[in-house]
Amino acid sequence: MHRIEVRLKHDFPDAGGLGLVRDIHDLGITTVSDIRVVDIYWLDADLTSAELELICRSLLADPVTQEYQYDQDSWGGDGYHIVEVAYNAGVADPVEATIMKAVRDLGIEKVRAVRTAKRYLIEGQLDKRQLEVICNRLLVNPIIQHVVEQGAVIFPENPQYRFKLERIDILKSTEGELLKIRQQFGFSDDELRAIIDYFHRRGQDPTDVELETLAQTWSEHCVHKTFKGRIKFGDITVDNLLRSTIMKATEELNKPWCLSVFEDNAGVIDFDGQWALCFKVETHNHPSAVEPYGGAATGIGGVVRDIMGTGLGAKPILNTDVFCFGPPDFPYDRLPRGVLHPRRIFKGVRAGVADYGNRLGIPTLNGAVLFDERYVANPLVFCGTVGLLPRKISQMGQQSSGDLVVLAGGKTGRDGIHGVTFASEQLTEESTAVSYSSVQIGDPIVEKKLIDALLQARDRGLYSRITDCGGGGLSSAVGEMAEDTGVRVYLEKVPLKYAGLSYSEIWISESQERMALAVPPNCVEELLTIFANNDVEATVIGEFTNDRRLQLFYQGNPVCDLNMEFLHHGRPQLTAETVWEKPWHDEPDFAPPQDLTKSLLNVLGAWDVCSKEWVIRQYDHEVQGGSVLKPLVGKNNDGPGDAAIIKPLPDSKKGVIVSNGINPKYGEIDPYWMAASAIDEALRQIIAVGGNLKRVALLDNFCWGNTSRPDMLGALVQAAQACHDMAVVFETPFISGKDSLNNEFQFEGKVISVPHTLLISAIGVMEDVSRAISMDFKQAGDLIYLVGTTSSEMGGSEYFRLNAFIGNTVPEVNPHEAKELMNKLSEATEKGLVKACHDLSEGGLGDAVAEMAFAGGLGAIVHLKSVPLEESIDREDFILFSESNTRFLVEVAPGNGAEFEKMMEGIKLAAIGQVTDAETLEIYGLNGRKVVDTSIHELKDAWQRPIRW
Amino acid sequence: MSKVRTLILLAPGTNCDVETEVAFQQAGAETFSVHIGELIRREKRLSDYHIMVIPGGFTYGDDISAGKVLANELRLKLGEDVERFVEKGGLILGICNGFQVLVKAGILPDSLLTSPLKGEEQGEGDKITLSVNDSGRFECRWVYLSVNQESPCVFTKGIAHMYLPVAHGAGKVVVPRDIGLARGLPHLNTVLYYTDEHGNTSAGYPYNPNGSVGNIAGICDSSGRVFGLMPHPERHIRGTQHPRWTRRGAEDYGDGFQVFLNAVEWAGNL
Repeated sequence: MHRIEVRLKHDFPDAGGLGLVRDIHDLGITTVSDIRVVDIYWLDADLTSAELELICRSLLADPVTQEYQYDQDSWGGDGYHIVEVAYNAGVADPVEATIMKAVRDLGIEKVRAVRTAKRYLIEGQLDKRQLEVICNRLLVNPIIQHVVEQGAVIFPENPQYRFKLERIDILKSTEGELLKIRQQFGFSDDELRAIIDYFHRRGQDPTDVELETLAQTWSEHCVHKTFKGRIKFGDITVDNLLRSTIMKATEELNKPWCLSVFEDNAGVIDFDGQWALCFKVETHNHPSAVEPYGGAATGIGGVVRDIMGTGLGAKPILNTDVFCFGPPDFPYDRLPRGVLHPRRIFKGVRAGVADYGNRLGIPTLNGAVLFDERYVANPLVFCGTVGLLPRKISQMGQQSSGDLVVLAGGKTGRDGIHGVTFASEQLTEESTAVSYSSVQIGDPIVEKKLIDALLQARDRGLYSRITDCGGGGLSSAVGEMAEDTGVRVYLEKVPLKYAGLSYSEIWISESQERMALAVPPNCVEELLTIFANNDVEATVIGEFTNDRRLQLFYQGNPVCDLNMEFLHHGRPQLTAETVWEKPWHDEPDFAPPQDLTKSLLNVLGAWDVCSKEWVIRQYDHEVQGGSVLKPLVGKNNDGPGDAAIIKPLPDSKKGVIVSNGINPKYGEIDPYWMAASAIDEALRQIIAVGGNLKRVALLDNFCWGNTSRPDMLGALVQAAQACHDMAVVFETPFISGKDSLNNEFQFEGKVISVPHTLLISAIGVMEDVSRAISMDFKQAGDLIYLVGTTSSEMGGSEYFRLNAFIGNTVPEVNPHEAKELMNKLSEATEKGLVKACHDLSEGGLGDAVAEMAFAGGLGAIVHLKSVPLEESIDREDFILFSESNTRFLVEVAPGNGAEFEKMMEGIKLAAIGQVTDAETLEIYGLNGRKVVDTSIHELKDAWQRPIRW
Repeated sequence: MSKVRTLILLAPGTNCDVETEVAFQQAGAETFSVHIGELIRREKRLSDYHIMVIPGGFTYGDDISAGKVLANELRLKLGEDVERFVEKGGLILGICNGFQVLVKAGILPDSLLTSPLKGEEQGEGDKITLSVNDSGRFECRWVYLSVNQESPCVFTKGIAHMYLPVAHGAGKVVVPRDIGLARGLPHLNTVLYYTDEHGNTSAGYPYNPNGSVGNIAGICDSSGRVFGLMPHPERHIRGTQHPRWTRRGAEDYGDGFQVFLNAVEWAGNL
């Protein structure tokens, strides 16, 4: 065995090490001054020094910037704290496979295995406990890594697995034993009773893998039992909440361009008659709480596979990410035990999503980041992807009996075992300690190769059905695919990352980068060749039958035989009671400030409002070359764009618009109007960039507290009802959705729930991308119109939050009026009358006009007395910061004012000011007094400063 | 005249191949996506093409260092083919990860492919490399570029300035201090400089997005037919790709398009 060390020569700065120093400071440890990182490689082989020189010089060390040594005393020595971190036995580091290949390329064939490690040379005063904190929080993820001790075995024998069929005694168990089983597998009382009945009829106890399969298939994550439950609300009982609200709107609208809704891995709409678009947003909350980098990477990897698994396979063309975190300035001493600091989670999630998304070559063009203290222990991570596929294969496929089950992509390891049940459970203080095994290890290049190979196989029509292996692994993927046919799977055929997995672990493993295909026998050879040519694995692991049974075998032994009818329809429907009462919050009693400049600067610098450029720049938003309207717009490419537009086909003018609406603050007051506001916001952004409502579809993503509590569920019902009511009027059907319930955290005996959080994602089709407009002011002298009316709807506003109030008057939506307004504004934009447009959301008019001004590098004069009001408002601060829905600021050339007003006839609007070249923002109050007077540079600085990391 | 044949080289992790293909097609070339395995197995031959492009991406995950593994594969398995291809007048373009590959394979700044100085023996083989950005981060942003008018680069003929996006984490051009820029990279090999909006070639971050020595963004070999650059010309071939087209109106073509037109025109005259 040889040990090679590689590091940067001393005169080159170690950017990675310096990044770690910053992360350590984020942990509250400020004494570390420098870190140098040494890459360690162990090669299992007997090599000559000439061969070692070749490997070091030509492969492992950069001849210009790095130096190396081999088989010598390690670098380090005095003055450093030294930590060496390696992967655990049995964990496959993707880099090792690359090195094996690259060493063979050098003509050296005798290396049997490679292991890697990182050696951190840390400079600065640290005590033992601090070093431990650094290891545990930053350097080591115990499920995959460990700290290397002196004399450690580097190439251990892998433990072997010996088959032994496990049965779980439920037929003759005591109540106490049954309770344990119920908790272990996460079944409800009713569910376990149904299961006992089933196995009674069979006359034999279940095997472990049979119970695991039922647990996976019946988990909240997989079947959404709450949303499909029987829910009592006062005297009304709703049978299946989803069907009677969100899906009902889609049915009522019955749009011919909705091609596949709520049945496949993503919703599908028509794009241009020949091509279709699919869209899905997933949540990946709990894993991201305990291991932000890996959890978030898994989130993006998973939603991308959903897209590849829609219809007969789509090409991912756009990513969108929305995060909810605790405030970055949350005090360390208030942090619950076992919880990562919000800044650390933020940075980790961002890195995970970026590293994975960038490597896949999918542009991340849209997103949002929100902050609230109740997300401290339970962050929310929404990852969304849009795909493009030929319209003729937009329907879910159907296999025939005799088709083969092919597992394609990465190998299977112990990753994510029990991830689904973890995702559906409440987090506790111990979660961070015990739940690492639910976090999966990602390899984006395998996923990229998988995409490449799948698209080739798809275009040659080599498979009849496809789905992704996500939560629940093979159990969910193959179990669901085979519902109408039946299947036999031979688990020993599944390619493993390492030896030692039991048949049950193979079946439920959630290893990433895997897809399941149904392949007609006469196509299988060609399909396997395509995968081999793309350097990605594909293996036949079973066949579909026609007996509607799920049969699993391991080395010839039957280990599972379940009836598909029972597996998919035997679960007793959940029934629940709900209540909902509108809460009362204190009404603010602070006096309106005389000078609103400071208030405006504070609003711009609020965490939810401030610039997210630091995040956006670390995502590749240009790859694939399709972006028409980018996330950052304006004179210096740094203003906040409303929605993203891409042009996915090089020879067509048609565009895709993606936007999102989310505002948990309104949910404190009224979840119905929160949902309505989120929909209005998502649609506003589509209109603001020049789109229209003719072909817009919506996705819903609910992240809620524990819905077994009647008030929590009551709030959910309210929000779902609003989704229905708004979608029907706007004629914007829902096509897919997802819910993540039980987002709460036990802390010192108290339960902290996340705020009711509903993300509405919208996708629209644009006829001609050259009609797009951006939000930055374009020219001095232009008129500024405020379209839509303002009420003193201050409840849940950013302005109230900054003054430590919530309030009660939440922004409402009149969808009929909103639709008319949006349609007229679209027509005016289509006619070329609109030069800039920005929707009013958090921070209201004040925020919007400031952003338009500094994004355009121009000033503005605005008169609050001209603002069209719904009813009289005597507080200038309320007019400036109200968050009433369905409002836009529109820049119109003075010569076009009359025509614009004519086109907008019937809509309340007013010219409230003018664009100037003075580079200042001046806002005049109700009696003509100046209430805001500041330079656009100061405004921009206030907006950019908070996350300038 | 028959069409110019452009080979788009694919390897595991390549991800800018489609838009690169589109750019060459719109410039009038015929494109062929060829996996490196097909060249190594001799199912396809480099000599059948006029232009070879190594597109952007994260080949082999950028494991070990960005572009390194594909660079070695190219050098060790196809070195002579590549050398002959260039000698016979073929063009090579490496964008982003492709640039990293060309530098680390020793094809840029001047070919050391079959020279004993590269790799196998100690020597002054490597004068430049591409290293991690000074910011330590992957960054996606638009950059102003000016073209060295004395460079023989055939891809940039007639271009003075360009505005293109970069998107990389390791694009910093580094020359060892003991060699120095002048010896490490002759002036004629330098093609592109990062500048500010006024053309100042010593502008700092973020104009120079990665800390490259001498603000260097792209280089060529002494024939001018092998060109590598960190910015992405294929992401600015249409007016609506410009980040500020909504302010100034969309031009028909973007700044990067001329790079592809030049390449196709040159190859067509061979």
